[in-house]
Amino acid sequence: MRYRNATAYRFLTPYLLIFAIFWIWPIISSFLISFQATRTVPWRFAPTFNWGRLIGDPAFFNALKNTLLILVIQVPVMISLAVVMAVLLNSPLLKARGLYRFAFFAPVVVGEVAYSAVFRLMFSLDFGIVNKLLNSVGLEKIDWFSNVTPAMALIMIAVTWRWAGYNAIIILAGLQSIPDDVYEAATLDRVSKLRQFFYITLPLLKPVIVFCAVLSIIGTMQLFTEPFLITERGGPGGGTETLGLLLYRQGFRSLNFGYASAIAYTMAGLAIAITLVQLWLTREPK
Amino acid sequence: MTSRSQRRLGRSILLHLFLTPLALIWLFPLWMMVVFSTMPDNGIFSPGIELLPHDGFLDNFNNLQRDTNFVGAIGISVSVAVTYTFLSVLLTSMAGWALARYDFLGKGMVVAIIFGTITLPYAVVLIPQFIMVARDFQLANTWIALIVPPLFNSLGVLFMRQAFSMMPAELFDAARVEGVKEWRIFLFVALPLARPMLAALAIILFLASWNNYLWPLLINSQPGAMTAPVALGTLIGLTKVSWGGIMAGAVMLTVPMLIVFVLLQRHFIAGIAAGAVK
Repeated sequence: MRYRNATAYRFLTPYLLIFAIFWIWPIISSFLISFQATRTVPWRFAPTFNWGRLIGDPAFFNALKNTLLILVIQVPVMISLAVVMAVLLNSPLLKARGLYRFAFFAPVVVGEVAYSAVFRLMFSLDFGIVNKLLNSVGLEKIDWFSNVTPAMALIMIAVTWRWAGYNAIIILAGLQSIPDDVYEAATLDRVSKLRQFFYITLPLLKPVIVFCAVLSIIGTMQLFTEPFLITERGGPGGGTETLGLLLYRQGFRSLNFGYASAIAYTMAGLAIAITLVQLWLTREPK
Repeated sequence: MTSRSQRRLGRSILLHLFLTPLALIWLFPLWMMVVFSTMPDNGIFSPGIELLPHDGFLDNFNNLQRDTNFVGAIGISVSVAVTYTFLSVLLTSMAGWALARYDFLGKGMVVAIIFGTITLPYAVVLIPQFIMVARDFQLANTWIALIVPPLFNSLGVLFMRQAFSMMPAELFDAARVEGVKEWRIFLFVALPLARPMLAALAIILFLASWNNYLWPLLINSQPGAMTAPVALGTLIGLTKVSWGGIMAGAVMLTVPMLIVFVLLQRHFIAGIAAGAVK
């Protein structure tokens, strides 16, 4: 490789300009905005204005609690499901592999709005196909939208449906990079398939699974469209309000940019913490 | 030997018995999207269980077009996604090329900043981006607002950097000896070699733009400037709205992508899986 400053920057500059203007500067800027009172003209520097409000705001803690609750339940369920999907899709015994792959991977291309609309319709109280099917097998219909627990469950079901296949694709790629002879040796030593899964597959997949978990946590932490569209702006009564929704409400409904930036930086803080945990979990053993 | 092949058969049956219901559950929402899009509203809101398509798609589409100018919104979405994909592939592969094949002052810092900020949530830049584009540049409800800010995405840079750095250096050195200029080497030697990676990247970027919701919702909120997902989103939750129409819109957003997915599955999966590799 040669040392070529001018040539390199000629290739880099167009991208770097956009990157600086629409990514790096906003990262700095939103940090600064979070220390300003933004509903006065001109904005004034008030370091504790937004952060002080944040610490005492029940709406913030409600959104934080909901977001963390979704994280803690939905992400492990989805990642486990994705591992199961990937392992089974990888089985040499599977026939019509293409059909199964299509079934699990198809949600990856479905937009948030389109699938939110379908889920809303499928789960509606009296005419939703899900309640009709529950009824037809003798179960009580569930009021998915007026009670907090089913509403949260619905959000988790929807997100899991949309993203499990995405994670399965990544995990499947990880599986296929495990050399066959590891399993052949284990089979020769009469290690059962189940033990092979727990003692070979899972440990070797750990970095990929941790990566998927981090990606999913950061994605779910910003959850916006599903509670916005499926449970109607975080309903019932704020029961599914997330940090993403609160940020939207504060920033773009109340135009309270300072407070919204403080919420955004809370999310960033959580993301940084989670990334550090990932780095620690997948560190190279010394 | 028979017991072994019997065990295999038993395992295979178990596998299919477990996976088939799961696959059907997974396909169910997509299937119902299609079914709903062909049913009149009084059919969707009737007590019976309907699992097969009807013939009302065109009526539903007309209802949708009455509720919002969906065809116009699709036009905006297509143009924006095509332009965004082209520009983003160009910018990120140029940057990826520079990072993969040259040594230069500040390279370590550029790579560190890209890697160091990649896991920050998008929410962090939302407010300043909005203030900048809407207030400072006065570009709300324009195509530029939809296309340019999302170009910051750095996954493509890392992806193309990886692609170019795997190519043998001799390829390019041979051209250099002949006196071929660097930008020609990039355009006519490196890019053609990277075609599979470019395809994977382009598909992922196109899909991201096509389905993008939050940013277009914020920045292009005027009826004539909305993208298709935003236009469809405004109808969800209204009381006097045709749900069959909404489903027709959902089908129009989804089915083309499903077809692309089936046709280009290999590239799709490569693109998604590559996000994970290193």
